[in-house]
Amino acid sequence: MTAPLPPREPSDPLAPMRAALAPQHARSRAAVGLAAMAARGRFALQVCAECAAVQYPPRDLCHRCLAADLPWRDIQDGGTVLAATTTRISGDPYFRQHTPWRSGLVQLDAGPTCVAHLHRDVGTGARARMRLHLDKSGQGVMLALPAKDTPNMDADPQLREFTADPRGRRILVTDGRSAFGRAIAQSMLDAGAGGVFTGIAEQWKPFTPPPGAVIDLDLTDTGSVHRMSAEFGGRIDIVIDTTLHIRPGGLLERGTTIDAREEMERVYFGPLRLAQCLGPALRARAGDGTHAACAWVSLISIAGLVPQDGYRLNAAAHAAAVSLTHTLRAELRPLKILAALVGPLDDAWHQHVPPPKVTPASLAAAVLRGLKSGLEDITVGDIAQDVMDRWTDHPAITLRHTA
Amino acid sequence: MTRRISYEGVVAVLPTTIPYTRYSIQTAQWWIGSALRELAKSAGLQPREIDGLCVSSFTLGADTAVGLTQHLGLSPRWLDHIPMGGACGIVALRRAARAVQAGDADIVACLAGDTNGPDSFRSLVSGFSRFAADATYPYGAAGPNGSFALLTDAYMRSYGATREDFGRICVAQRANALRNPQALMKRPLTLEDYMAARMISDPVALFDCVMPCAGADAFLVMREEAARAMGLRGVRILSTIERHNGFPDDPVQLRGGWAMDVPDLYAMAGLTPGTIDVVETYDDYPVIVMMQFEDLGFCGKGEGPDFVRSHDLTIGGDFPHNTGGGQLSVGQAGAAGGYLGLVEAMRQLTNTAGGTQVAGARTALVSGFGMINYDRGLCSSAAILAAA
Ligand SMILES: [Zn+2]
Repeated sequence: MTAPLPPREPSDPLAPMRAALAPQHARSRAAVGLAAMAARGRFALQVCAECAAVQYPPRDLCHRCLAADLPWRDIQDGGTVLAATTTRISGDPYFRQHTPWRSGLVQLDAGPTCVAHLHRDVGTGARARMRLHLDKSGQGVMLALPAKDTPNMDADPQLREFTADPRGRRILVTDGRSAFGRAIAQSMLDAGAGGVFTGIAEQWKPFTPPPGAVIDLDLTDTGSVHRMSAEFGGRIDIVIDTTLHIRPGGLLERGTTIDAREEMERVYFGPLRLAQCLGPALRARAGDGTHAACAWVSLISIAGLVPQDGYRLNAAAHAAAVSLTHTLRAELRPLKILAALVGPLDDAWHQHVPPPKVTPASLAAAVLRGLKSGLEDITVGDIAQDVMDRWTDHPAITLRHTA
Repeated sequence: MTRRISYEGVVAVLPTTIPYTRYSIQTAQWWIGSALRELAKSAGLQPREIDGLCVSSFTLGADTAVGLTQHLGLSPRWLDHIPMGGACGIVALRRAARAVQAGDADIVACLAGDTNGPDSFRSLVSGFSRFAADATYPYGAAGPNGSFALLTDAYMRSYGATREDFGRICVAQRANALRNPQALMKRPLTLEDYMAARMISDPVALFDCVMPCAGADAFLVMREEAARAMGLRGVRILSTIERHNGFPDDPVQLRGGWAMDVPDLYAMAGLTPGTIDVVETYDDYPVIVMMQFEDLGFCGKGEGPDFVRSHDLTIGGDFPHNTGGGQLSVGQAGAAGGYLGLVEAMRQLTNTAGGTQVAGARTALVSGFGMINYDRGLCSSAAILAAA
């Protein structure tokens, strides 16, 4: 049985901070497929296109028939724990911080045996639900969960290394002016966050008071970002950039580059500025106990992947924002970088767009689910999912089909 | 299967050990080269007269056996590099024997050695194999301790083995090691000490683990008449087996590849398990020793625990086993661990084992096991040797 999540440890200003470490990152190219699946919350392995043999560890050729066509397919997530161990002595600095650490051998119902991290409520001989998760290095790893939910199971210290559960953590919501920012701030409080700081730029302009503590933050103003980081940087565990600036307009309609510059300023330079300013403090605290800093969330229009009709010029800024998430992943580990690609919003800027559209509540629920599941790549709304499915199937056709 | 040709007319001579040290500032090239110098000196040969070379090592860096030929000034006409960890000694022996038999080489030096620094073991383990880096090291980075903990747990649950059963193996080997001045472990070990030791990766505790160290082991393979002419006492090779990735469909390793080949091993030697005088198994962890007792026919599958309860595994016992103390008490000098049992068996059969000598030893079985590539050891090997 898992004990409830303990309260945040009181910080000792004289004690050196626990270093932000990560397990070994090096993997073969095939094994990086595990990370791509884990980022999306899929339990998928390579399955031979010729003989249907499920492969694990990831391979370049089928272990049964030597075929090279090994597409990643969702497979049954059940398994049986054949053996378990608790590692008490490890040569790796990250695991030394986290011993005792449980792992086991799990025979998947789909065939292969895998070494897996074991939730503490799963023992030898037990049935398990298998998940692929991203570890602190950003690589995909196997985790065995108990077959049925157990009390406080989210508080398992190993599971918490793979998720970014807001419970007990302090959240920065960068922009509380929109209904989307307010809904996210509220959902974090409802999920047991230890506090929410909600940014409002240019507070002399009227605004609906958002949930959480209102702070002065304007991502387009370097001074504002510096001031906020200096004051709150040591107290933020999760950043959610709710800018989500989506505006209609194409090349000929707009006629000038003014709006495009403005979009780039808000959608790309804003979070870039924040990452440069706040990133070091956030990353430094990424190993700091059970409530360590753990995640950065970017809300980006699906147009960043495939430009959407009526919003074409805006897409470039969102494409830049997508690109920034890759940079953040490369430079801000062990933080998780959750990129939420969002479909048309149910807001004043999408009045002529027919449903389905993303409501504040559905966006907030998707972000919370993504954090609690430790995902890094999610889509929000049916349109975004449809675009992602087409993109995954064939990027070049998808780009031309919508052109 | 095709009937196999015997190793008649070929012998292994001059079991040679460069004394192990816990850590060394020397390189693997130094350790292996030192073993070669020792071999040549003992045989009364110039190094260049050695025309076959076979090397195993984990710490040569970018070098293979090829680089060593230039480093050590040899011009062999037969060269092999065997990256098979604990199986490498027997594999080296059987390959060298065939080369000599076929006339491809006259004198083959078989060498295994590794150095060990404070961070060598971690750095070896973290990049041990592609599958290990992809699918075991990220799960606690416990290295072989973690992998063997899982195999031990599975074995204990399947066959009712207890920690005491494994302890009996370790305690007997320590008793043997106290008679071997080369063993790094010098303190007696009781079953109480074994049981009280701290857990490393449950159920593997401190005395289940070998201590990584630096060292080298070596021997020469040549024609029997050549050895006689040089005044060297050799051992004959009655039979050998090797297998890789045996039983790939077993969900967890409860048996090694030996079980696939053991009928061939005894048939070729014309012996039965009961006629073996000395047994040297590969003992990186005691669970693997127990598996070898079963898979090499000394008892049935799952009877390993009973076997160790009912036999005395010490030098003077009814089943002399790992007479030099094994890696568990001597230390594990990397790939040389795959030679340790073989050179000890050669000493037993040439009556040169000193304090660890088993009286009247005429036949020995040596087995090897190596390379936890992912979840199990992939290489298994065994040989039956006889006094010449
Ligand atoms: Zn196949």
